[in-house]
Amino acid sequence: MPDKRLKRVDLIFSDECVYKDVLTKALKKSSEEIIKDILDSGLRGRGGAGFPTGMKWKFTAQEAEPEKYVVCNADEGEPGTFKDREILTRVPHKVFGGMAICGKAIGAKHGYVYLRGEYRFLKADIENALEKFHNTLKEIGFDFQIHLLMGAGAYICGEESALFESMEGHRGEPRNKPPYPTIAGFRKKPTVINNVETLVYAFMICNIGSKQFYDLGTADSRGSKVFSVSGDTPIPGIYELELGMSLETFVEEFGDGDTKAVQVGGASGFCVPRKKFKDTIIGFEGVPTGGSMMIFNSSRSMYNVLKNYVEFFEEESCGQCTPCRVGCQQLKLGIEAVKKGEKSAAYLDTLRKLADTMKISAKCGLGQSVANSFSSIVDNFKEEMIY
Amino acid sequence: MAKTVNLKIDGISVSVEQGTTVLGAAKQINIHIPTLCYHEDLCVAGNCRVCVVEQEGAKNLVASCAMPASEGMIIHTNTHKVRNARRHVVELLLSEHNADCTKCYKNTKCELQNLASEMVITEPMFIDLVPFKEYKIDKQSPSIIKDNSKCIRCQRCVRTCHELQHVSALGVAYKGDHMKISTFFENPMYDVVCTNCGQCVNRCPTGALVEKNYIDQVWEAIYDPNKHVIVQTAPATRIALGEDLGMESGSIVTGKMAASLRRLGFDSVLDTDFTADLTIMEEGTELLTRLKKALVDKDTSIKLPMFTSCSPGWIKFIEHLYPEYLDNLSTCKSPQQMFGALAKTYYAQKKGIDPASIVSVSIMPCTAKKFEAARPEMRDSGFQDVDLGLTTRELAVMIKQAGIEFESLADEKFDSIMGESTGAAVIFGATGGVMEAALRTAYELITGREVPFKNLNITAVRGMEGVREASVKLENVLPAWSFLEGVELKTAVAHGLTNAHQIMEAIKKGEAHYHFVEVMGCPGGCIGGGGQPIPTTPEIRKKRAEAIYREDEGMKLRKSHENPEVIQIYKEFLGEPLGHKSHELLHTHYVPRKRV
Repeated sequence: MPDKRLKRVDLIFSDECVYKDVLTKALKKSSEEIIKDILDSGLRGRGGAGFPTGMKWKFTAQEAEPEKYVVCNADEGEPGTFKDREILTRVPHKVFGGMAICGKAIGAKHGYVYLRGEYRFLKADIENALEKFHNTLKEIGFDFQIHLLMGAGAYICGEESALFESMEGHRGEPRNKPPYPTIAGFRKKPTVINNVETLVYAFMICNIGSKQFYDLGTADSRGSKVFSVSGDTPIPGIYELELGMSLETFVEEFGDGDTKAVQVGGASGFCVPRKKFKDTIIGFEGVPTGGSMMIFNSSRSMYNVLKNYVEFFEEESCGQCTPCRVGCQQLKLGIEAVKKGEKSAAYLDTLRKLADTMKISAKCGLGQSVANSFSSIVDNFKEEMIY
Repeated sequence: MAKTVNLKIDGISVSVEQGTTVLGAAKQINIHIPTLCYHEDLCVAGNCRVCVVEQEGAKNLVASCAMPASEGMIIHTNTHKVRNARRHVVELLLSEHNADCTKCYKNTKCELQNLASEMVITEPMFIDLVPFKEYKIDKQSPSIIKDNSKCIRCQRCVRTCHELQHVSALGVAYKGDHMKISTFFENPMYDVVCTNCGQCVNRCPTGALVEKNYIDQVWEAIYDPNKHVIVQTAPATRIALGEDLGMESGSIVTGKMAASLRRLGFDSVLDTDFTADLTIMEEGTELLTRLKKALVDKDTSIKLPMFTSCSPGWIKFIEHLYPEYLDNLSTCKSPQQMFGALAKTYYAQKKGIDPASIVSVSIMPCTAKKFEAARPEMRDSGFQDVDLGLTTRELAVMIKQAGIEFESLADEKFDSIMGESTGAAVIFGATGGVMEAALRTAYELITGREVPFKNLNITAVRGMEGVREASVKLENVLPAWSFLEGVELKTAVAHGLTNAHQIMEAIKKGEAHYHFVEVMGCPGGCIGGGGQPIPTTPEIRKKRAEAIYREDEGMKLRKSHENPEVIQIYKEFLGEPLGHKSHELLHTHYVPRKRV
């Protein structure tokens, strides 16, 4: 596998572009031209799942229904992720710009920012930025309105269909899919829902062109990405890096010299042990991440790390489907029982199989991804689970 | 014609209408996929995950109840992966379920138990979660017991309460491991907007929601030599009871039911149908009186439309949600309560029995009737008018307990007095039946002629459409009713409280103008009551309704005012409809209740 050198990029936070000009230029393009740009750039969703953004826009644009929506998923709840907060603090206008461009591409007149409940402190600033943005749009002469909606602190509401339920005033429970949001999203209307960062990149692609973005990264993971680096690192923070580096390269830069494992992608992501750093690419061909990079050094108990994750899921499951609601409780009690010696070490295999079932049978991405951290930690640090 | 799609399930090709789910498609080719949260009456939840199947090309298993069939789809319902996953799901449900089956009211009638039995689960795979949680059984309601320790969170009850009944007394609270089905502020069922309709009970797959049963109390009374125990049976019980005793749905078991009640030891086996006929006399007269006061006397205090008041679920619904319309409700008690009031007065007098020694039992398709019997307003005889209200299901249990082989019983008749009835009373059991019965009598009273419909069958008010309207033009009326000449009597029928809500909103907005509205709290009316055999599905409701109308057609008398015992009671005891005695015993009032 190719190992990209660690390369810092500065697309998102640099403000060399004249915002209004970029927007004016982009909004003059036709829907097809915009979608082509996004498709050509190779941009994939930055929330973690990595669905090609251009395809999402294209599917929604194809729907005949006149009422459509653009939703910005700012319910940044994945443990260890804090990059959307930074983006919304520093460059909210670029997020809004991305939404307006998407609105033009799909034919939507309204956009919504669904802001994580814990980010209430950003509300006033975002509203100010929105006012300015709406004035700019008025000057450009483009009819698009963005509304701000607040979440109330549930992790599950970051799941797109639960987010729509929450926006509609219902309990945040994921829906059955299909239908997908591109056909029936917010208010059961065709909807593009993108992560904050994805929308900024869409805006930036309209500035720098799809080619420059495409040339960054690897075949499966084009462009750059904002990482939230935390844990046992001397330099925690937000970094925009080119995709495709190996974990080894990443740890060389950010580790404290004693790195034992990196949790890539937060609680719902994968735990990579030191022996696999060299062979692990950060990107969709390797281990994908929505941005969270948690570094653990040798002083950390991976049992405690895992217990913390399963406790988190046990609490944050919406409780709707059986595999997730009950499965999470069983995983937590199970590892506790093994650790205490109440269950034999072989019970870990029972739990591993349960995790596999959760992955293929849970209703939404939350329940399906519990197995990622569970299995990767149990498999790689089994002795820590038992003794 | 709807578009069809072709798919393959377990190697068998099947063509289905577009929009059919994989589960539906499998059913068409007799492949059984187990389900728990799925119910034909409700929107698809897809949350229990018992019905998962493998779809070729899909990374994950799919929930067959929620996945629409699509062209070229290849499905496997019986693979290692599927079996493993289902096993895990059922094991997980069992681990959070208080599986004390032998002490459960739903023992042998529990869908989770059936699945566990099918999978031969003998050694639990996972840790029992029940001891980790605190459960309190809510027993305060006279109708419904809610035991969260048996709840598997399938949300059938939540969907029922919201979609079918527009009540939403039950909802989902909290998340994760704390997620549970709860009420407003976790108040007891008794103290929330619950109408006691029991539709949730009818759909609960486990013992988490059950009726409060009074079986032992009835046995105690029967065995007490100092008690005279009488029983009344509601119209809809006689076409459904058989289902719980091994018979096909739609079986008419009126005679067997009477016989079995006698074998159980009731001192007198009587019929709610008698007071259903009486209700028509009282309610019909009330309607005509209201019309006269409104049309002739121009009395603006008279409220129209008049609503029927037979369904206690509907009564509590309107008390909670539309208290401003309480004056529109007919003041007539329900047939159960008319019967109760007369049992401890008229019946006691005629039979020379001390009313204090009478234990009055009712067999109802309904759980709300238990609450109704306990209402403080229902003591006009000087005693609690109806002592114990049982559901159709509870009667079936008693029949089994007594070792009666129900199907082989020879038909028997009800006792007298208060055992005689007409076809008009039987149809009370189906949505539209009260309206039809009322029209048969009122029309004849006003015009001196029978209703102008073939065989007296007023088909416009029948059927399963949620809201139905019908109007009857009154022409060539008798001199006493001349003020009604040329009036078009406008009526409407609604069943299920979501439809009741719809009709109430239309009335509130001034969009609907009726004289008389029949509302039944349960889908299909009493035949689909919360106390009826489980399962109740659209198809079963249809069969029960057909049976009701068959029973009506087979009756000698089909108009309430021709019931000889009704004629007799007015002559001997009540005087006339809406007379003094009637007011005392057969009419009531309602109370506004809070909205939550």
